[in-house]
Amino acid sequence: MRTYLAKRILLIVPTLLGVASLVFVIMRVIPGDVALLILGGDSGQIDRAQLAAMHHRLGLDQPVLMQFGRWLWAVLHFDFGVSLWTGRPVVEELLVRLPLSLELAILATIVAVLLAIPFGMLAAVRQDSWVDYVIRVISIGGLAIPSFWAGILVILFLVIYFGWGPPLEFTPPWVDPWANIQQMVWPVLTVGYRYAAVTTRMTRSTLLEVMREDYIRTAWAKGLAERVVVVHHALKNAMLPVITLIGTEFAFLIGGLVVTETVFTLNGVGRFVVDAVAHRDYPVVQALVFVIAFGFVIVNLLIDLTYAWFDPRIRYR
Amino acid sequence: MSIQYPLVDAPAAAPLAPHLTLGEHVVKFIRTKPLGAAGAAVILAMMFVAAFAGTLARYDPYQGDYALQFARPSAEHWLGTDEFGRDLLTRIMHGARIALFVGFTASFAGCTLGALLGVLSAYWGGTVDLLLERLMDILLAFPQLILALAIASILGPAVQNVVVAITIPIVPRVARVVRATALSVKELQYVEAVQALGAVRRRVVFRHIVPNIMTPYLIMLTAQLGSAILAEAALSYLGLGTADPTPSWGLMLSGSAPLYAEKAPWMAVFPGIAISLGVFGFNLFGDSLRDALDPKLRRG
Repeated sequence: MRTYLAKRILLIVPTLLGVASLVFVIMRVIPGDVALLILGGDSGQIDRAQLAAMHHRLGLDQPVLMQFGRWLWAVLHFDFGVSLWTGRPVVEELLVRLPLSLELAILATIVAVLLAIPFGMLAAVRQDSWVDYVIRVISIGGLAIPSFWAGILVILFLVIYFGWGPPLEFTPPWVDPWANIQQMVWPVLTVGYRYAAVTTRMTRSTLLEVMREDYIRTAWAKGLAERVVVVHHALKNAMLPVITLIGTEFAFLIGGLVVTETVFTLNGVGRFVVDAVAHRDYPVVQALVFVIAFGFVIVNLLIDLTYAWFDPRIRYR
Repeated sequence: MSIQYPLVDAPAAAPLAPHLTLGEHVVKFIRTKPLGAAGAAVILAMMFVAAFAGTLARYDPYQGDYALQFARPSAEHWLGTDEFGRDLLTRIMHGARIALFVGFTASFAGCTLGALLGVLSAYWGGTVDLLLERLMDILLAFPQLILALAIASILGPAVQNVVVAITIPIVPRVARVVRATALSVKELQYVEAVQALGAVRRRVVFRHIVPNIMTPYLIMLTAQLGSAILAEAALSYLGLGTADPTPSWGLMLSGSAPLYAEKAPWMAVFPGIAISLGVFGFNLFGDSLRDALDPKLRRG
């Protein structure tokens, strides 16, 4: 177990290094120049000296490899640099927006788990009955309905029937919990529906597999009640793939909030990424991709460790 | 290399189950998997509409009539018109082509490339495996949206560039699943036996390992079809996919649709129904196909 842990942690390094190089290269390949954008577009009114001075000020006149080395070195010291666009530290910009996105992701996860596990269980236990069909159709629907369209419909409904307008500013839960919930409930439900749908399906199919195992037959043969067999014997063993899915979906969610934040005009991390790419704000994009990838890798590591911890049959070389 | 190994390639002796004709298979599928059959019907209908959109639709998907801006759904325009007076039904029918094109090319390319890399990784092992696995880790951890953003900025917003953006994230996911399956197949005794008999590498891989990963490959392929269509819609909605005036379903929901939603709600409703219905069909079908192909899920 200890060797396995050491090996896994060691493997994070090349992955993150790869992600960092990839985003660095991609951002440099994209046509467009942040200095030009800051100076007021490429209308041809800017003289060369001014542009060169701006490049020098932003550190863009140095060799690319040097820029990469410097950035990497700074990241190792938890210094993500300064936004080229706003001039404020990237970390500061991120901290303004992170609570919203994190709250959205966490609440959506809670909604998903609360819905998915009971309904997935019900569908598996009553396989091929009408209950199963209804749950399956609703959950496949959750996978089919694009979350941005669900968002548009919700807003349309609220605007027409309740004269509701999207809030302009995010109210953190520690400032005004009630206002916060009113803001977050619809985005959370639209994201949570899809999330719940994926998880319900996973719960159903793994539970179906487990229900065919010999030890479940033994449990039935002992004369245990259905509730005991399903909850204590089957569900526990079916949870591992479900936990994996919840974890990976959570990691994907952080990267995929752009659409929801766009629909509901929320100023979160997702919007921030899109704006940063549009502005060619290299440090911000690099930092965000790095942070998202880091979160992804850590979540995956935790999932694999849970596996090793909970399932003694799994032997790691 | 002229020695033949008749035992290895001989077809399996008398099958245990009665042999069904294609028609009987179809009937059995409809009987046992009604939801899957419904999904297949939706897919076939979508393909039909896409193939004959030019003849079926009554209007031009690009040419609008300003006199008919924001027309309500009526006998002439079943689903109404948009802000340029273009017929929505016509545009949705033409949109099926884009959805199917992106869905099929992206999932086929992504799954095939992923499966090849997965088999390669598992069969060669060692350094190749280590390097490929790290590459897949990097691709998995890299946010898809940034990749799509970058591709759209470098190559410009066009249908074929969207396909690239959607294909890349599929590769590592499929590669991982296929690699795991191929690893276990590689350890099976008959593969060892074929190798002992002196079969060349290419033969071992393509005749003996690849057929065994076809089930997960097919399952992943059908599962990715729906999500590829969804991804195209999302990217186009964000303005990173196809560009106006292409009748892409996602694009039809962006910009003007929410803007005029109160005045012309049909603009915000019908393209979304088209996306959901299409993806729904592919998912229903894929689900039932998985149930039918995966022996673990078959009813015992």
